[in-house]
Amino acid sequence: MRLEVRANPSAMATLLAGVGAVVFTLLVCALLILWANANVFAAYGAIFQGALGSQFAITETLTRATPLMLTGLAAAVAFRARLYNIGAEGQLYFGAMAAVAASVAMSNEAGELALPTFIAMPLMIAAGAVAGAALLLIPTLLKTRFKVDEVVTTLLLNFIALLFVSMLLDGPMKDPTAMGWPQSRALLPELEFAKLVERGRVHVGLLIAIALAIVLWIVIGFTRFGLSIRAVGANAKAAEFAGISVNATLIKVALLSGALAGLAGVGEVAGRTSYVTLDMSPGYGFSGIVIAMLAALNPLGVVFASVFVGGAIVGADAMSRAVNVPTYIADVIVATALIAVLVASLLTKYRVRWK
Amino acid sequence: MNYGRTSSSDLQSKSSNPSEINLAVTALSLQHISKRFGSLIANDDISLTLGRGEVLALLGENGAGKSTLMNILFGHYVADSGSISVFGETLVPGKPQLALARGIGMVHQHFTLADNLSVLDNVMLGAQSLLSLRSQRTAAREQLNDLSQRFGLTVSPDAVVRNLSVGEKQRVEILKALYRGAKILILDEPTSVLTPQEVEQLFGTLRHMVAEGLSVIFISHKLDEVLAISTQIAVLRQGRLVHECAAREATKESLALAMVGRDVKRVQRAETDHTAPKSVALSVRSLALAHESSRVALSNVTFDVAAGEIVAIAGVSGNGQRLLADGLSGLHRVATGQILLNGRAQTMGARAAIDAGVARIPEDRQHVGAVGDLSVWENAMLPRTHEARFSKLSWLNRGGARRYTDALVKQFDVRLSSIEQPIRMLSGGNMQKLILGRELDGAPSVVIAAQPTWGLDVGAVSFVHEQLLNARARGAAIVLISEDLDEVFALADRIAVMCNGRLTTARDATEWSLQSLGLAMAGHSDSQPSKLEAQHAT
Repeated sequence: MRLEVRANPSAMATLLAGVGAVVFTLLVCALLILWANANVFAAYGAIFQGALGSQFAITETLTRATPLMLTGLAAAVAFRARLYNIGAEGQLYFGAMAAVAASVAMSNEAGELALPTFIAMPLMIAAGAVAGAALLLIPTLLKTRFKVDEVVTTLLLNFIALLFVSMLLDGPMKDPTAMGWPQSRALLPELEFAKLVERGRVHVGLLIAIALAIVLWIVIGFTRFGLSIRAVGANAKAAEFAGISVNATLIKVALLSGALAGLAGVGEVAGRTSYVTLDMSPGYGFSGIVIAMLAALNPLGVVFASVFVGGAIVGADAMSRAVNVPTYIADVIVATALIAVLVASLLTKYRVRWK
Repeated sequence: MNYGRTSSSDLQSKSSNPSEINLAVTALSLQHISKRFGSLIANDDISLTLGRGEVLALLGENGAGKSTLMNILFGHYVADSGSISVFGETLVPGKPQLALARGIGMVHQHFTLADNLSVLDNVMLGAQSLLSLRSQRTAAREQLNDLSQRFGLTVSPDAVVRNLSVGEKQRVEILKALYRGAKILILDEPTSVLTPQEVEQLFGTLRHMVAEGLSVIFISHKLDEVLAISTQIAVLRQGRLVHECAAREATKESLALAMVGRDVKRVQRAETDHTAPKSVALSVRSLALAHESSRVALSNVTFDVAAGEIVAIAGVSGNGQRLLADGLSGLHRVATGQILLNGRAQTMGARAAIDAGVARIPEDRQHVGAVGDLSVWENAMLPRTHEARFSKLSWLNRGGARRYTDALVKQFDVRLSSIEQPIRMLSGGNMQKLILGRELDGAPSVVIAAQPTWGLDVGAVSFVHEQLLNARARGAAIVLISEDLDEVFALADRIAVMCNGRLTTARDATEWSLQSLGLAMAGHSDSQPSKLEAQHAT
């Protein structure tokens, strides 16, 4: 078996590849559902109902999609410059922790907000973004200065970040009213994000994430900084030769990527949980990588990919209650879709010869 | 499965009975080969025959279809129509293993060796398990020694490939093919990386091989070499076989004409004007430079280039030329010494060099000169995105960049289907034309051209030469770093030779002969001109 380059991949082939990837994913997961002794149509119906079948379902899906969108953007922008940020999980926790710390810092002795909300709110958001950015800056400087592989350092920093947060939750940031539960002090209610719909959990963070996706898409495609990111990612040597400072670009990208992951943490605290716990993210930072790959590193694609993944998770939850297939099917759907999309994009670029 | 032993006995029987070699035997026959890629016809009804003991040269510009044809022969591609027979038997298409087994060996332009393994391991790799018994290894070693002695391919079996020179690596590639019992050897641009001496050695080997009844297909751009080594010549143009002749009937001119389908303009250089007042535009003073990317370090390199002058740095590649080009382009921090541009010390950084008006044509256009995945127009503006015509604040002026690129494409005759396509889709010559246009735009005062015609076809070479001479006429100071002595003599006002990180003094092109250049390239110091002249005279 060999791959031959296609001269000009047609738009039709690209579309067919996308449809093919979806059909392939549904077929593979159907086999697993059959194996679990459930009715395939009932299971898929339940997933769809659970994800998009009602207003409540849709708001739940979008609530899930919000942090995924931000970590997805964090991965997409970093990977565009070939800065492999595997540390979005830690950056998310840092962002969340910094938001709470900002809230504490901005409150007076009576535990009320000492500043007007319209000042305090941006400061809290900024604190989260800066914390995430700072955490990614360390491995990036190690990369630009000493050529230390950032895949290893960002990955391992996740554990350090989580342990550090855990220490804060047991120490200075411990919630005095939590009866010994490892959770942080609560965010001041004035700093919580407004909800978008009544009796739903979806919050303003979603709008922020979508707006950032659009801004990022414009930055990458239409600005000098975006061109530098793409040039550095595609060929750092040639970019350097053309007068683009590779190190400066990487550092800027790191600040941007870390800030986006930090914002995911801010969104979770301010929009959903109000306080930091060690189980507030079920691996959103890592799912962000999958989402970025599904979206072919396109920021607008990230919006749709994160809704897809969020929907799969929420839908699978509902489905497992209805037809008794484990919720792990959501992970399988996402993983299979990723592989199918990667293979499909390969097939639009190459032709397979079976000889 | 022991390809080695069969081939050895095969070769032995041939060599012991040279009288049996019958030149009329057809080793390889390609019949009506056609291959399309989408709308592009890469090969159009090509028929070729190669006799035993013959060297067939395959000539053609970039994109003429040489590589496609060889890939079909070797089984990497399947032809849309046509057939191939080897020694009278039809070859099953699309199976490289079968092609190998039938005695077709290929030496690629870019070597396919495992750098971290020894020569012996590389030769055995793929033919035998590396975990094979000691006795088998001993046998393989003996056979390797035997082959290398017989064909003059000296290389130590235990040397690690990483430490070999380019010429030695090529020998390993050839040995690999011979070890597998190749009877037909395909060499893709084999001389582009070799010194003149190594080329002679390679030709010696090839002559040995054909004398023993092997057949060779020799792919090249260099007309002199083709005339020197081949018995048959076939010229491809735009996928078609346009010219076929015996080598003894061919001339350089007839071949060049057949390749490009038009008369090649020989560049006309205005004579060096010794009377004109010289203003030094680039001055390099006692430059010392070392970098991890280069095995040799520069030491005490000193030369001046005046406005309107071409100074060529000749030499065998790998003697510090790349380091010098990178240093002049601002990529490395200068250890000691100075680079003065129009009297001002050059600061570190590619950005500084660009802003100081230095045009830089890098040796590796694919990986350094251009970002392959970006579009043609993005590459065209890449070094100058900060200029007002390409961006305001940070906002790219995409329309302006596209119009600029369109003008560049027209002016420099870049052939492409759209400026939106990724630049890696362009052929080498067209990519070089675009880089040249981009760099020469805005009348630069200094031009650093490193191997500017490396791997280009005849048409593109004369275009590049013309453009460099135009820049010279406009008053640019040009440093031409080149291994191609024809090019050096065709363009340079003065010539200096680089060897082992040191540079000879730059002397008038007329004071050098091929022989004195050769001596300097081999490292004989020019500090004793009398000795040099003496050797010269003999």
